[in-house]
Amino acid sequence: MSRIDRRFAALKTAGRTGLIPFVTAGDPSPQHMVAMMHALVGAGADLIELGVPFSDPMADGPVIQHASERAIAKGVGLTQVLGWVHAFRQRDAETPIVLMGYLNPLETHGYARFAREAVAAGVDGVLLVDCPLEESAMLQPLREAGLQQILLAAPTTAPARMAQLCSSAEGFLYYVSFAGVTGAAQLSVNEIAARVAEVRALAGTPVAVGFGIRDAASAVAIAGFADAVVIGSALVESLAGATDAADIVGRARSFLQPIRAALDAR
Amino acid sequence: MSKIADFNAYPDAHGRFGEYGGSYVAETLMAPLAELSEAYQRLSADPDFLAELDRDLQHYVGRPSPIYHAERLSRQVGGARILFKREDLNHTGAHKINNTVGQALVARNMGKTRIIAETGAGQHGVASATVAARLGLKCVVYMGATDIERQKINVYRMKLLGAEVVPVTSGSKTLKDALNEAMRDWVTNVADTFYIIGTVAGPHPYPLMVRDFNAIVGREARAQMLEEYGRLPDVLTACVGGGSNAIGLFHAFLNDAGVRIVGAEAAGEGIATGHHAASLAAGRPGVLHGNRTYVLCDDNGQITETHSVSAGLDYPGVGPEHAFLKDAGRAEYVGITDDEALEAFHLLARSEGILAALESSHAVAQAIKLARELPRDGIVLCNLSGRGDKDVHTIAAREGVEV
Repeated sequence: MSRIDRRFAALKTAGRTGLIPFVTAGDPSPQHMVAMMHALVGAGADLIELGVPFSDPMADGPVIQHASERAIAKGVGLTQVLGWVHAFRQRDAETPIVLMGYLNPLETHGYARFAREAVAAGVDGVLLVDCPLEESAMLQPLREAGLQQILLAAPTTAPARMAQLCSSAEGFLYYVSFAGVTGAAQLSVNEIAARVAEVRALAGTPVAVGFGIRDAASAVAIAGFADAVVIGSALVESLAGATDAADIVGRARSFLQPIRAALDAR
Repeated sequence: MSKIADFNAYPDAHGRFGEYGGSYVAETLMAPLAELSEAYQRLSADPDFLAELDRDLQHYVGRPSPIYHAERLSRQVGGARILFKREDLNHTGAHKINNTVGQALVARNMGKTRIIAETGAGQHGVASATVAARLGLKCVVYMGATDIERQKINVYRMKLLGAEVVPVTSGSKTLKDALNEAMRDWVTNVADTFYIIGTVAGPHPYPLMVRDFNAIVGREARAQMLEEYGRLPDVLTACVGGGSNAIGLFHAFLNDAGVRIVGAEAAGEGIATGHHAASLAAGRPGVLHGNRTYVLCDDNGQITETHSVSAGLDYPGVGPEHAFLKDAGRAEYVGITDDEALEAFHLLARSEGILAALESSHAVAQAIKLARELPRDGIVLCNLSGRGDKDVHTIAAREGVEV
């Protein structure tokens, strides 16, 4: 059983909704990444999505684009990101880590080399935004190394394809709550609820919902019908500009704790 | 020589040209792309659609465009005959309209009411605004803030045609960032919006569809060569940014093994300086903008900023079919510097009375080099993909002239 599977099994047993924060690796500060990751876990994160910065993040809104640009300007690349995961693992052997991003950094690094290094560092899965199931043959070395490929499903996904995604899903299925970029739009909770119910009936894995969840209220609204909620842009925005460790850790905690508390009080 | 038996067999049903192409997009776009693929497949076999397209190309675009023997230029160069396929004579002044006329008809057939487009030099933006105006569709054009500055005339042309031009300030503020932003718009407004991609890149079916709409250039040129000269040219050349005018000229000749094919990429200040946009000559395989192709990126996989005097070639990727033709050995891709392109621009203006676009001037420079290598009875056919009126200010500024 993978670390991701164990974590979701434990959440199910405890009757809790998973809380998945997304942060852009290297933002706001490369020096304090590991401390920030521990702070997120301390504030209630069940799994961390670590965004690998990419110069051309087609599916991301302005908040994550700018975070990526800041990280790239500081020279952040896959090697450092894997280094932070490795350092994080020295004190935390349980919290799953999924790297989220785009294919080109992996392609350039080399898929086999990436798979080897990522597993050695303690990465559990990858979510590659621009790699749909149809193009995932080149990810074979990642699968062989034991990295789970987290698939996305969207409101536009047709029924036949949804069934295919659900049967191929590993770890968890990430349901994108609306057609748009990260960090945008208003959530129409009833529509999402109906769609997620269909997906959960088909999927053999837990279903996490992301895009557009900003705070405790929107997290609780989604938690009624999802196994986990993902919060990205709003967290990245609240961290932006922090420089010293205390400030970063403080902001991470004060952002995530109220959401954790609201989810647990449900 | 190439081992491929039939270049018309590509792409396959998944949009793959060998290991290039494909659909590397977010899940949200998979359904709209499938819908587009299906619509295009249906329409491209529909005699009524094809007849309407032919009428538009003839009466609105002004096709066929002639091939023109540049006798004075050829004499001055002192080698083979240089022939130009005159895409600069099309309505709106470039080959881009061949594609936008076609895609706009597809959009209307699919019941879409809003057109979006990205543009670098502004030629594709103008061509998109033009067809949107003609069909009464709303049009939004994304353009890098840097390109807006260097292509002011085209920006104003788009506005005159009723389009909204949205400046893109992320990343390098050029064509690649405009493409990202258009893709984000499409992902958000897929229900009523049709994205007219201007080059043979992007996810399947775009590289196929844009190629098909531009392939009329090569089909006409091949027939004109046989009719007017009784033979095919020895060599073809065209400039390559994303590669739409080049694939347009090349495609009809791909199975003619005796015709050499050379693409001219933007070498900017020289490939060795790093300030260039020569993805095929100096890049490596990667994934950008929905397809696998050659890209310019650093060792972290970050797409690098490119440089070219011509905004239309200032792009760090290239259409996947060109990547395939390069690896198959069917086409060669070489760099032409800013200075070489400008020199060719002036030579063509003074010898033939033609102001070529800066993009096309790269092809002219390459045609001159190729002509010098061939005997006098040889023929170089060069795609003169656009006219240079839009570049007059850029050239004046570069040469210290106040207009």
